[in-house]
Amino acid sequence: MAAVLRFLTRTREPGRLGWTDILAYSYLVLGVVLILAPVLWLFVSSFKSQRALIESDPRFLPYEQVMVTLPGSTRPVGLVEWKDKDGTTRILAQIRPSGTDVIVADPAKPGETFAVPRRETKPHERVHVRVENYTEPTLEGGRMGTFYFPRYFANSAVVTIVATLITLTISSMAAFALSKYRFRGRDTFMFLIVATLLMPATVILVPLFVVVKNFGMLDSLWGVIIPGAATPTGVFLLRQYMLTIPDELIEAARMDSASEWKIYYRIVLPLALPALAVLAILSIIWRWNDFLWPLVVLSHSENFTLQLGLSSFKGEMNDATHYLLAMTVLTLLPVSFVFAFLQKYITTGIANTGMK
Amino acid sequence: MRWIVLPLLAALDPPMRAIQRRIGIERLAYVFLLPTMVIFGIFSFLPTALNVWISFTGGSSTLVSTRPFVGLDNYAQLLACESIFVPKSCPVAGFGFWTGMWNTLAFALVQVPAMVVVALATAIVLNRKIRARGFWRALFFYPVMLSPVVIAVIWDWVLKRRGILNALLADATNAYNAVLAWLPFQAEPVAAFQPVNWLGDANSAWPFFWVVFVYSWSHLGFFMLILLAGLQAIPKDLYEAAEMDGTPPWRVFARITLPLLMPTLLVVLVLSLIRAFQVFDEVYVLTGGGPGTATRMVIQQIYETAFVSEPKLFGVAAASSVLLAGIILVLTLVQLALSRKQAGG
Amino acid sequence: MATLDLVGVRKSFGATDVIHGIDLSVVHGEFCVFVGPSGCGKSTLLRMIAGLESVSAGELRIDGARVNELGASERGLAMVFQSYALYPHMSVRQNLSFGLENIRVAREEIDRRVAEAARMLRLEPYLDRRPGALSGGQRQRVAIGRAVVREPKIFLFDEPLSNLDAELRVRMRAELGALHDRLGNTMIYVTHDQVEAMTLADRIAVLRDGRCEQFDRPLELYNAPANMFVAGFIGSPRMNFMPAKVAARDGAAATLTLAAGGRVRVEAVTGSAAEGADVTFGVRPEHVKLVEAGAGDADMHVNLTEQLGGESYVYGTIGDGHEVTARLPGQTRVRGGETVGMALSKSTATYLFGKDGRALKRGAANA
Repeated sequence: MAAVLRFLTRTREPGRLGWTDILAYSYLVLGVVLILAPVLWLFVSSFKSQRALIESDPRFLPYEQVMVTLPGSTRPVGLVEWKDKDGTTRILAQIRPSGTDVIVADPAKPGETFAVPRRETKPHERVHVRVENYTEPTLEGGRMGTFYFPRYFANSAVVTIVATLITLTISSMAAFALSKYRFRGRDTFMFLIVATLLMPATVILVPLFVVVKNFGMLDSLWGVIIPGAATPTGVFLLRQYMLTIPDELIEAARMDSASEWKIYYRIVLPLALPALAVLAILSIIWRWNDFLWPLVVLSHSENFTLQLGLSSFKGEMNDATHYLLAMTVLTLLPVSFVFAFLQKYITTGIANTGMK
Repeated sequence: MRWIVLPLLAALDPPMRAIQRRIGIERLAYVFLLPTMVIFGIFSFLPTALNVWISFTGGSSTLVSTRPFVGLDNYAQLLACESIFVPKSCPVAGFGFWTGMWNTLAFALVQVPAMVVVALATAIVLNRKIRARGFWRALFFYPVMLSPVVIAVIWDWVLKRRGILNALLADATNAYNAVLAWLPFQAEPVAAFQPVNWLGDANSAWPFFWVVFVYSWSHLGFFMLILLAGLQAIPKDLYEAAEMDGTPPWRVFARITLPLLMPTLLVVLVLSLIRAFQVFDEVYVLTGGGPGTATRMVIQQIYETAFVSEPKLFGVAAASSVLLAGIILVLTLVQLALSRKQAGG
Repeated sequence: MATLDLVGVRKSFGATDVIHGIDLSVVHGEFCVFVGPSGCGKSTLLRMIAGLESVSAGELRIDGARVNELGASERGLAMVFQSYALYPHMSVRQNLSFGLENIRVAREEIDRRVAEAARMLRLEPYLDRRPGALSGGQRQRVAIGRAVVREPKIFLFDEPLSNLDAELRVRMRAELGALHDRLGNTMIYVTHDQVEAMTLADRIAVLRDGRCEQFDRPLELYNAPANMFVAGFIGSPRMNFMPAKVAARDGAAATLTLAAGGRVRVEAVTGSAAEGADVTFGVRPEHVKLVEAGAGDADMHVNLTEQLGGESYVYGTIGDGHEVTARLPGQTRVRGGETVGMALSKSTATYLFGKDGRALKRGAANA
């Protein structure tokens, strides 16, 4: 821990930690707390019991009252802690309330019940990680009312993968044409592609809906996938990169009797791999996180993507917070993993293209 | 992956070869452009044209040909106000639109400067000689990766009445009072903290504040990254020269950093304005536009007019989009001009 | 068997013409070099032959058959690019076999040809490396190998040695010559380096501004340049040109008065050098002999001498400041500031050009 701290606080010139450095590091630490603490709190909370969540237990770890089933009873009852007159803490089973008292019994001698003031008891707790929050909505059938996590997850995965593959293919084809061919109208095509930046989906929501409906793609995943498959950002990013591939390579391949399509997929695509990777990551993030457009297109909950399912679950199920939080964690995990492994790629890629 | 994709691409070789033989190499470029242009044509250009047409028609039919022409009626519903600054003086549709519009404008005017200032500060700190820069940079960028729904769930969970924020503030108040009591001199303890309904209190500015905060929280990292790239593009020798001259740090910032960063900063400003005018997801999931209409943005208004309200008022929604499109159009043109200037200079 | 014929070949980009009608015939097995200053259109011409640029007018024939309409992939040619243009994501082996796979050569045949080319070009140890892991010379050999395995009708080379350092360039030049001797294919080679052209070529086409100034054997270009441009381009240092007037004709000989002062006698002059005509007298620096001041045909005021040990260069001016250069074998005692005489008439290697730049001498002027 000390080593980590030393590593993080070391300046380039060791031993000269000026006040500006201290200020800078304080700023960074504060920022990181602001960014990570809420996510961490979500993560920790997602392992708590439903009861702890309803009571909004502010403690960090997931505590849960220990339950026992007394002999001769089928109903589990909670254990409480109570200090008796000589100051020793006794752990008692709470059988039933009685006015301001509770009727309790020593679990070892369940027959001997007695009353203690409710104010003097507190629940006997242990740390319990409730993995069930995760397993119940996913592995075990998974239908929580209208919420059907595995289905949503599958829908989101299909949309993300198919849309990304289509985007990569058609954007790279267009970029290849725009970077490696001289043809009449090339500038016009460039202009048209820029022009689509002026018409984001949010601004043409209604007519886009009308078009998609008339194509019979309403309430289908295709209706989510196709309209956004062509992206000016993607075409530009790839075109800029392909411009750096020497024209002589293309000509060498032509001399090698390669067809133009073969030049595209055997020469240009492999060489544009770094740019394709950046676009792939961007597309995955866009598609996985997309909300407004699926919200407009999809109406049956069977077809919902994860984001839609989660948002409608959030609206409907106030007493199922434990599932909501767990499923939210599952939703943020894929992009978090992608990010953890590829963050350098992503941050430099975005910094270089200046686009999201 | 390559074992799936490569055979697929290879399978397309014979037909593409046949096309190449028929039309020649140069014209094959059109074939490569075709899929992208078809999708843009159907899902960008056609809707843009339709948008204008639908805004002149009424009814709730989605068959464009059966929609009755109503002229400027939809626009009248939006604009027939005694004063557009007082949404209550408008017809029902206009009330919603202008409420959303003014909320969005207020949102943009507060959120953009606040976020850009913080993003700039963060970028400047990260541009210093610090250890593990990549680690810090990644952390600040991380929320950009999260979906609006996830972000809304996270912050809803933190901000609810019995949530962690209220609990922490109550603890902090108690701890403060405890310290006061422990001090040798007399000090007035502060009143016990009363939990605040951060997102639901219609009589305070808190819901609006948190909407701005959460949105900035999730977008900050992206703009920070662009600004950091801009900062790193400033030649180091300029700073070294300034150091040789003994220029004080604030003057270095004002005379070197800021002027040289200005092009990037302008792009960031306009880009974040464009985004702010399209704010919807985070706010919709977090507050649903409430309490009341306190955080209801114009896109939500358009969305609900077209797809939630009964009857579905596509015409009014389209007319609203046309008005919004004007703003986005101007901002985007400014941004493209700035980007071009930056790329050229 | 591959011959190449260019008949009135033209190229224009929009309104600007870059190739103004070139006629050339390259016979089978010939090593033909296109040489010229940058911008003369030599690379464009090569790319037109390759099929990478379209032909605006005229006809391109390979083995007598018109190929204007055939694409680069259909002409059966192979090209070595200036930047080598090796596929960076493929191994050397894949680079060599890519073209053969495209024309569906059988696998065993591909392997056989790749192995043979690798052996010939000493590439065997590197077959599984990527081009990025090779030295400049090795990359160059891969680029040649990629052409060799195609067994093309004609090899095309676009300034293939210009990216190599001086020493390697000399070695590769020799290897290319050896390659041509071994394969016996027709080869077309573009360069701006006259040493490469002179040493490699069977015949050289000297190009300027999209026109072919002369197409001939290397020594013919040196000995009997068709015009002032070729005379100035071939040979280093440049030929000395001096404005002159024909003072008298005496059969095939002519006596000139140099504008800078002095008289010269020239043999084997054509009839068009009439008495009183304005001409340009040319003499190569290596054919200038220095004598005592006043004893030669003209006097030179020496500005600078460069002593290279084995040979010496003397730079000076004649008359009103016209620059001349002399290249002397061995070492010289001439110093800057001195005045020396130049014996020009004694040399048989003198040249005469008319006002339009055309040569006015018959036959070869042998050195």
